[in-house]
Amino acid sequence: MADLSLTSKSFFTALEDGRLIGSRCKKCGYTVAPQRLICPKCHADQMELIEFSGRGKLAAYTVIYVPPTEMQQAGYDGKNPYCVGIVTLDEGPRVNTQILGLDLTHPEQIQIGTPLSMTTIARGPEGAQKKYLAFQA
Amino acid sequence: MTQKKLLRGVAMVGAGMSKFGAFPDKSSRDLFVEAYQDMKASMDKGLDPREIQAFYMGNFSSDQFEGQAHMAPILASWVGLAPIPALRVEDACASGGVALRQAFMAIAAGIYDVVLVGGVEKMTDLPINEVTKALASAADTQFEIPAGFTFPGFYATMATAYMHQYNATLTAFNQVSIKNHENGSLNEKAHFGTSIKDVYEGKKSKAAAQGKPVPTWQSEKEFLADPRGNPWIAWPMSLFDCSPVSDGAAAVLLVSEELASKYSDHPVFIIGSGQASDGALAERDSLTHVPSAVTAARQAYEMAGVGPNDIDLAEVHDCFTIAEIMASEDLGFFQHGEGWKAALDGKTARNGEHPINSSGGLKSKGHPVGASGTAQAVEIWKQLRGTAGARQVPNEPKIGLTHNVGGSGQTTVVHIFESRS
Repeated sequence: MADLSLTSKSFFTALEDGRLIGSRCKKCGYTVAPQRLICPKCHADQMELIEFSGRGKLAAYTVIYVPPTEMQQAGYDGKNPYCVGIVTLDEGPRVNTQILGLDLTHPEQIQIGTPLSMTTIARGPEGAQKKYLAFQA
Repeated sequence: MTQKKLLRGVAMVGAGMSKFGAFPDKSSRDLFVEAYQDMKASMDKGLDPREIQAFYMGNFSSDQFEGQAHMAPILASWVGLAPIPALRVEDACASGGVALRQAFMAIAAGIYDVVLVGGVEKMTDLPINEVTKALASAADTQFEIPAGFTFPGFYATMATAYMHQYNATLTAFNQVSIKNHENGSLNEKAHFGTSIKDVYEGKKSKAAAQGKPVPTWQSEKEFLADPRGNPWIAWPMSLFDCSPVSDGAAAVLLVSEELASKYSDHPVFIIGSGQASDGALAERDSLTHVPSAVTAARQAYEMAGVGPNDIDLAEVHDCFTIAEIMASEDLGFFQHGEGWKAALDGKTARNGEHPINSSGGLKSKGHPVGASGTAQAVEIWKQLRGTAGARQVPNEPKIGLTHNVGGSGQTTVVHIFESRS
């Protein structure tokens, strides 16, 4: 992981390789995603880069019927909504992510606590696509 | 940290607002002039504008919405206030409330005696997808927006966590919307001055006039439960759970306590102020309430020396219906997990035990984001002076509270107001 720094853009550099990164405080052990240079809990500047297992559970979610432009361009609309939410990683931190593989025809039946595993989803214009974080049910 | 006491008191001696709505022919300046004139008209003993010493303007993003940054000196000079210091205060949708706090602190500290507070936003010139993009810049554009979040999406996500933890029902969200639209129907300045019943009866009449099948809605609940009338935006938030995109402005005049009687027969004193910040939604310990609101409220209560049960009415930041329910708990009116039941039981109605959003709230009055926090103070001004007309909260309210949130809770600012006559 020497190729990645703790600056904010590294999160997406790692995602291109299918890796989910964050940081752990060497002083107090607090783990956070995305990665930071300063521990938000104990304020020490002794953060080390870590890679998460990619396993987690659904903490909260929504099903979006009125997408922003970027998601419209990715093919989503009122008839083809998408799920986005917050996943609690097995290591503790929570992350923002698109969630794939759920039945969106009955949003009320989606279960908080559903186990999920990390993947990526490519979005963006042809030829200039980038990978974004996603979790699969 | 113990809350510091004020060096001297601060009073509101005038408060006004433009009509909220969509006004293709009006710019920020026109809206602000309308609010400024309404504020002057509200003053018992008139105003010599030369006595105003500074202008704090809450505005989220006139640069994105109108291509005009550096708006504060423009507005100041537009109403003839140059060369007083004029500045924009930006904390997303909490800009107006934070501008009020900055002016309050400057007077309390003895820097100025007479300060104008403005809030303004002109949102409807842009196409809706560009409005959405501008609003998204109040979230974390590196890590939240790329995941696919929208603002309705953030609050909807909190709503699923809240429903899961407390078994809340969609009907509770609907009830907030019904109440706020009813209050807004009594507010001539509201963007949507119509009750939900009037909304669906209007749709039925229109369908009948066009010879189309007439929907069978017989009640507000039935209409709100029908996605044909009330489509999903971000489940579990539907169209009528969301505040609108609006144009509007508000203006408030603050003076030092010793000058209050010079300007007003019935000043409204600001006795408490609190503000707190937080990280993005996913970083917070709780997804079912807004921690910055709890902190800001605690500061304000401590400064004012009052508690939640002393508050006779509150204007809270109901950008989405779930936000009002969480606010009613974060402010201490109800225990966590009880706010949704209180809404269903009518406890937050004008005649309930904790009246919330007598103005119609952001939901019905409208949400020109930078103006909303300042406009909340305008409603408190009217209510505590007994001049709110048909929507007057009963039993002569003496203490009012405003709760203004930026983003999904990255900022909350709370103020407590008192009428002493």
